[in-house]
Amino acid sequence: MQPVATTFFFYFLSAVTVISGIAVITRRNPVHSALALIVALLGQAGLYLMLYAPFVAGVQIILYAGGIMVLFLFVIMLVNIERAQKEEQFNKQWIVGIVAALALGVLFVLVYMKGKGLFPQTVAQLPEGENTQGIAMLLYRDYMFAFEIASLLLLVAIIGAVVMAKKRI
Amino acid sequence: MSASATPLAVEYVRILPELVLSIFGMAVMVLDPLIDERRNQRTLGNIALLGSLAAIIATLYQSQYPGPGFWNMVNVDAFSVFFHFLVTTVTAIVILTSYDYMEVQQIRAGEYYGLILFGAVGMCLMSSAVELVLIFIALEISSISTYILAGFRRRAAISSEASLKYFLLGSFATAFFLYGVALMFGATGSTSISVISQVLRSGQIPVLAYAGIALMFVGLGFKVAAAPFHIWTPDVYEGAPSPVVGFMSTAPKAAVFAVLLRIMFEANAPGRLWLIWVTAALSMTLGNIGALVQDNVKRLLAYSSIAHAGYLLVAFAALPSGGIPAAMFYTASYAAMNVGAFAVVSHFASAGERYVTLEDYSGLGRRSPLLAATLTIFLLSLIGIPITGGFFAKFYVFSAALQANLVGLVIIGVLNSAIGAYYYLRIIVMMYMREPREEAPVPAAPIGLRAALTLTVFATIYLGILPGGVLEYASRSAAELMRQ
Amino acid sequence: MVPLSYYLVLSGILFACGVLGFLIKRNIITIFMSIELMLNGVNLSFVAFAAQWHALSGQVFVFFVMVVAAAESAVGLAIIIAVYRTRQTLNVDQINLLKL
Repeated sequence: MQPVATTFFFYFLSAVTVISGIAVITRRNPVHSALALIVALLGQAGLYLMLYAPFVAGVQIILYAGGIMVLFLFVIMLVNIERAQKEEQFNKQWIVGIVAALALGVLFVLVYMKGKGLFPQTVAQLPEGENTQGIAMLLYRDYMFAFEIASLLLLVAIIGAVVMAKKRI
Repeated sequence: MSASATPLAVEYVRILPELVLSIFGMAVMVLDPLIDERRNQRTLGNIALLGSLAAIIATLYQSQYPGPGFWNMVNVDAFSVFFHFLVTTVTAIVILTSYDYMEVQQIRAGEYYGLILFGAVGMCLMSSAVELVLIFIALEISSISTYILAGFRRRAAISSEASLKYFLLGSFATAFFLYGVALMFGATGSTSISVISQVLRSGQIPVLAYAGIALMFVGLGFKVAAAPFHIWTPDVYEGAPSPVVGFMSTAPKAAVFAVLLRIMFEANAPGRLWLIWVTAALSMTLGNIGALVQDNVKRLLAYSSIAHAGYLLVAFAALPSGGIPAAMFYTASYAAMNVGAFAVVSHFASAGERYVTLEDYSGLGRRSPLLAATLTIFLLSLIGIPITGGFFAKFYVFSAALQANLVGLVIIGVLNSAIGAYYYLRIIVMMYMREPREEAPVPAAPIGLRAALTLTVFATIYLGILPGGVLEYASRSAAELMRQ
Repeated sequence: MVPLSYYLVLSGILFACGVLGFLIKRNIITIFMSIELMLNGVNLSFVAFAAQWHALSGQVFVFFVMVVAAAESAVGLAIIIAVYRTRQTLNVDQINLLKL
């Protein structure tokens, strides 16, 4: 399908993502931060669609926004956030932090600008219909071993979560 | 690349140690609730020990079947076998030292041994993986299990905080490493180390590759506690259980160094020299200066491990022909002496890790001559005194650096070794020259600890007297690595 | 049409945003969310590079990153609960041994 108004959608979705990304780190209430993060994730899912990655976009919404963020919200409910809200929200090294993050951001932008010739001027149109199929072939053949090892990672994470969250061991 | 759609039998041999370790890890987890509560600790320890010994045998068996496996995800060569052997041996020794510790500290054994074995799977895989994504997953397996292991002293608040700090900074570092992988993928169109190396050797080096290497180096630098990314080390080492510190200061570090060697040398990373130069000089200096003012032995050894990461990085700055073998030799001898030193510390710390200050070590030479003598050997090796492994380790690293004309770095290194000698000697002086203020009881060493100490002392002395065999093997594997 | 480098700049901004949050926030949960933000910046650049190289493998990596993010968040949130239980606070400055 030929994309429509890509420029508008790109700027719209980037604005959504960046603004909610900034909201994540500036909001006082962790619940608001989590909600802002969900909006950022959804905006990013839209960008994935524009980059011809519909399956990734779907997984982003289902797994990231739907799964991981719910876990975050659960934990926020478990701990007492009333007190956290009253406390100072930025630490003493905020000046250093801002300088470091700005330097890093500028560095990235410079690298991308300098390497501009490397990147194609437009996004290549990848076949959408075969996207899921192609991913499946890669995931279950070429990356089969990594896929299996990822299950071990999840096992370790389960054990770890149980050990740490148990009242007494 | 294997042509068939299903992996061949020989490809399973190429992941045999990992398979063995995971099977035993799962066996420990399954048997944990089935075994009687009182006999539980020791039985599970025995199973875990058996698993790590089986993995050592699997590694030796595997070394006869070198080659790629699973669509070029893993590659077994002399280099990976070396690190497999190192990691599995360290795992076995750490399990031996844990037996007694678990009972004294009243820690549940099932999850502990399970996580150690699973973590070892990740570390083994890191050395044989030749695909950045697989390296990343293996790195995460090893990191997540060490985050949890660091928090195992649940009765002490300091332990779960150590876990939190390690976790937060570790995942921060992971994100950096991952961004480096992404940029490398952007620069070369692949995450396979052999393809990356072809692209980077072809001459035209994309600017993204420099950024990618730098970010990956930052991420891995965090994991090996190289300055300026070392801030987590003293606190985490202080809070974590001592046998775990012995584990995580050697095995994961060796694995990360294996990854660094692969990325830096096999992929022929551009612009690595100044990056490593600065990090090595900073780590040596900050580590040694930090160690001078410590009163807590665990913190002191934490700073010492930062300094040793610095010495090791000196080898990375050298040319591949001399640098890789020197780095491999250094990891091996460092593993032997550091695991040994932490084994003594964990035994001496007793319930609740009460005796960990320098003051507590006064008069140890009189109260427990054998234990003190063993610790002395390890400390002398950490200084780099001849006839211990530490001497040849430093010697090879510095001579490799001299061959590469890195005179400045060698001078900084030698000066730092002199500073380092001071604080290690301080412990020895405490043990032999001071009268104890308070008689801290030293229980007799149990059999597991004795076996572990015998092994590590033997390895330290062996590497100090007959370093030829190991070095020759390391040079051979380096040559193989460079040919690919 | 939008050039590809714009997507990459966006991913850099998201990553830097996460770094900023990690460095300046005090609340552990928000610090942790900043790490998720960083990982998302990485994911965006993976997908963008996949489009550049016409290689689906870039999109496959995103799944692995998501698996790792899920594993990390499960473990991390459990650690946060463990620390909260002993300290009753989520403020990194009050967890006084944590000199971040």
